[in-house]
Amino acid sequence: MSERLNVSKTYKLYIGGAFPRSESGRSYTVNDAKGGFLANASRASRKDVRDAVVAARKAQPGWAARTPYNRGQILYRVAEMLQGRCGQFTDELRATGLSKSAATTEVEAAIDRWVWYAGWADKLAQVTGTANPVSGPFFNFSTPEPTGVVGIVAPDSPLLGLVSVLAPAIVTGNTTVLVASETAPLPAITLGEVLATSDLPGGVINILTGRRSELAPWLASHMDVNGLDLTGASGDLAVECEKAAAENLKRVLRPVEADQPTDWTAHPGITRMTTFLETKTVWHPVGV
Amino acid sequence: MFEYAPAPESRDIVDIKPSYGLFIDGEFADAEHSFKTVNPATEEVLAEVSEAGAADVDRAVAAARRAYDMVWSKMAGGERAKYLFRIARLIQERSRELAVLESIDNGKPIRESRDVDLPLVAAHFFYYAGWADKLEYAVADPRPLGVAGQVIPWNFPLLMLAWKIAPALACGNTVVLKPAETTPLTALAFADICRQADLPPGVVNIITGAGQTGRALVEHDGVDKVAFTGSTDVGRQIARSVAGTPKRLTLELGGKAANVVFDDAPLDQAVEGIVNGIFFNQGHVCCAGSRLLVQESIAEELLDRLKTRMATLRVGDPLDKNTDIGAINSAAQLNKIRMLSDIGEQEGATRWSPPCELPDRGFWFAPTLFTDVAQSHRIAQDEIFGPVLSVLTFRTPQEAVEKANNTPYGLSAGVWTDKGSRILWMAQRLRAGVVWANTFNKFDPASPFGGYKESGFGREGGRHGLEAYLR
Amino acid sequence: MGDAVSVSTETLTGAAELRRFLHGLPGVDQVGAEERAARLATRSIKTSAKAYAIDLAISMVDLTTLEGADTPGKVRALCAKAAHPDPADASVPKVAAICVYSDLVAEAVRALEGTGVGVASVATAFPSGRAPLEAKLADTRRAVADGASEIDMVIDRGAFLSGDFQKVFEEIAAIKAECGEVHLKVILETGELVTYDNVRRASWLAMLAGADFIKTSTGKVSPAATLPVTLVMLEAVRDFRARTGRQVGVKPAGGIRTTKDAIKYLVLVNETAGPDWLSPEWFRLGASSVLNDLLMQRRKLTTGVYAGPDYFTLD
Repeated sequence: MSERLNVSKTYKLYIGGAFPRSESGRSYTVNDAKGGFLANASRASRKDVRDAVVAARKAQPGWAARTPYNRGQILYRVAEMLQGRCGQFTDELRATGLSKSAATTEVEAAIDRWVWYAGWADKLAQVTGTANPVSGPFFNFSTPEPTGVVGIVAPDSPLLGLVSVLAPAIVTGNTTVLVASETAPLPAITLGEVLATSDLPGGVINILTGRRSELAPWLASHMDVNGLDLTGASGDLAVECEKAAAENLKRVLRPVEADQPTDWTAHPGITRMTTFLETKTVWHPVGV
Repeated sequence: MFEYAPAPESRDIVDIKPSYGLFIDGEFADAEHSFKTVNPATEEVLAEVSEAGAADVDRAVAAARRAYDMVWSKMAGGERAKYLFRIARLIQERSRELAVLESIDNGKPIRESRDVDLPLVAAHFFYYAGWADKLEYAVADPRPLGVAGQVIPWNFPLLMLAWKIAPALACGNTVVLKPAETTPLTALAFADICRQADLPPGVVNIITGAGQTGRALVEHDGVDKVAFTGSTDVGRQIARSVAGTPKRLTLELGGKAANVVFDDAPLDQAVEGIVNGIFFNQGHVCCAGSRLLVQESIAEELLDRLKTRMATLRVGDPLDKNTDIGAINSAAQLNKIRMLSDIGEQEGATRWSPPCELPDRGFWFAPTLFTDVAQSHRIAQDEIFGPVLSVLTFRTPQEAVEKANNTPYGLSAGVWTDKGSRILWMAQRLRAGVVWANTFNKFDPASPFGGYKESGFGREGGRHGLEAYLR
Repeated sequence: MGDAVSVSTETLTGAAELRRFLHGLPGVDQVGAEERAARLATRSIKTSAKAYAIDLAISMVDLTTLEGADTPGKVRALCAKAAHPDPADASVPKVAAICVYSDLVAEAVRALEGTGVGVASVATAFPSGRAPLEAKLADTRRAVADGASEIDMVIDRGAFLSGDFQKVFEEIAAIKAECGEVHLKVILETGELVTYDNVRRASWLAMLAGADFIKTSTGKVSPAATLPVTLVMLEAVRDFRARTGRQVGVKPAGGIRTTKDAIKYLVLVNETAGPDWLSPEWFRLGASSVLNDLLMQRRKLTTGVYAGPDYFTLD
């Protein structure tokens, strides 16, 4: 039987709804768990970070202005697309060294996680918002609003970890620039392809692949980024980024201690959403 | 002419000691060094106050740790609640004394310390007292953080203390608090209240000092939580210093709030709101409405009314019950206000103040209005933290929002219009933690307060305020 | 204020135009207005300021009796008190006017001859205002003929609340014409208008129609005068003068019982409309019992000891 040659995919960046190569023209080799060649991923530069932040900022007001119901539906649509690509994700996870059943379990967990977050879109304000009983003739209420543009240094858990940091950031109306796992970036780019074929507006999620240590500090110091999720950073890089984030008082989600790896299958709670929310309190007199 | 005769509040009610020690582990103890606190209205020295050094900070944090481990974290929430209720009552009982002391040390008018600060201080303790045994209704699995290091500013000395200490204690934390160096006296009086309340030693520690002391506190390894209210620059430094540590952080920083007045606003109330927004507490308010954005079609009429109103403001002796604007808190702050106002003039804005006689001694600044201000002027960008209002105009709601949000700050904003749907439209779009619609500078313990962007993060007040002190 | 358009009765003749104008006035936020009034009420008026305020307040009192049981004897007694509020102290100023029903005007005019105290007569089917225009005009005519120096008319609140501003306007204008040179005070009965927006509109309506004074209440409806209502009316006269050049007076009436109350009103005048209104010509207090309290407080200031009610006359 003559073997047919597969058409292999070029893995590119995902910025503003498009799939550009790095402006730097660089790439880096991604190998499978056994050291075999998988692909050349784009090696993004600081200028790609800059472009991605511009795209995220541009998309932010429109995304936040969508009705929560609409955002929920769009996220759910992404889950539908994920389900359709199950096989591809399973293959990509197996290449990182997971058994077939473990890979399948992780893909399913990732889809379920996405669906869980999709359902939060039109509920979180009822959980975190309040009507405040002030002592005076005023109507006073507090509602959560998205922080703005959130930079995410994704963890190495290539799919479940990835969706577990991404979905909570965007479901509330933030837009994101995500630096994918350096060692296992391929599922992130495939996720980008899923996003591009769902109804998610371009720019809401921007995905960069490359060297964390090169990209994360640019994201952390960017003055038009409002929040920073350092889950995938550790050690000196995490500290450097947190210090840089102080310059414009970014809301920072710190990495957990290196000796306590995150169990991504555990129930996530709402902290990942609330970290990138602002509470707005509105007062109005009550009178005739 | 109806001239109001002087109506000074009696000073006899307060007993200022010549010197004060640090309040650590339930005892007052002198530090090696000390500094003077002065009455900004007269420049008279009020007292010598201890300046906590590194070793003092160590002792205070250790005392707070002991109290946390041995007593406070183990105490039932209902018992903590009773201590806080007791503190609230003691504050009410001593409220006139505390109000007078606050006005003497800070320079704010007695009308404000008496009618605004002190009632809010007591209410804040009363509010959070009730939360102490109900935390599980606020967050899942509530656990305290440990020792909180808290650094507060000089503009609302006792109120900021209440905002910091009440939720921290309700949640089961112990605290080391540093009041501002120019306004330490009411915090030291509060230490006495802790003793009257029989609060276990070490649960509240008050250490006085300046920036060095504050830095030693927030950088101390024994601190689990840092809470700071003050300038954005210092907030940045603190955020940098806690990077890479497990310390939790909340920051309540500067602001440059827009107060937006539409042509259909209730004008007389808007004028009051503008006055209250920028001249309340001499403009030493992080959420002050320091940028007036007025719809061009009514700008002239509104400014006429505003000037007429400003001419009735009474500037002078903080202890006079009829004083509207008291003394600027310090010479340094006065210099900053003067410097930025001079820049405003140099940049081409038109400066106006009502005729008003300022006392010879002390630190004073007349209420000031700048018109012909553009967003590009420094007085429209920098936080002046004084009684200086910059007036800009806009044409459409979209332009108002754009200008209001065109700042790195995002603490508060005001909207004045009689149209309900426009209020909500504006409220949705203003990037600020507090939006006052047809009112301004309102505070309540049940109402969350805090900023967007460079105005800091975390909320104080309300159920949200608990989150800053719980794991 | 900044608006150069002059407002006069000539330019606002049409009902629709009048309505448009009144609805175009800036709204009043209830909470803000009450807050402002409450804040001004915290002014601490002591020593020399208090002495000044007490004498000013006495001179602004419209000493009032408006009862079905009023008799010539009662009115004469009130007139005696009005001219010499404290028989023991000649330095006490006389009050501004007495205020009676129209059938007792002649009695009051006789009793007050040569004292300089004015005689104000309520008119126009006081207090309800529910009577045909002819009756209101006749009522007014009688009072004027009997020598009243001031007429306190009530507006047709029914017409106002039903939106017929034109009717209210025309009635005031008609009464004003009947008054001639006699000062016309227009009672808005703010307790029935309920909202401050209505109070502001009614104030302007009355001023546009020719009122010399606007007055809060008849005293027969609760609430009568309040500080915030008076604040809104003071803002109206201030704005009206800025716009038209004509100064109109203000009279809160009813519910003013203590010196403290009276002084709060004076502070309100001082810091809202301004010192130009701080004279009996432009501000009155419609009250009766407040006079003795003012006298008691005055005596405390002059003697240094607290006075008792037995030392002041009840008339």
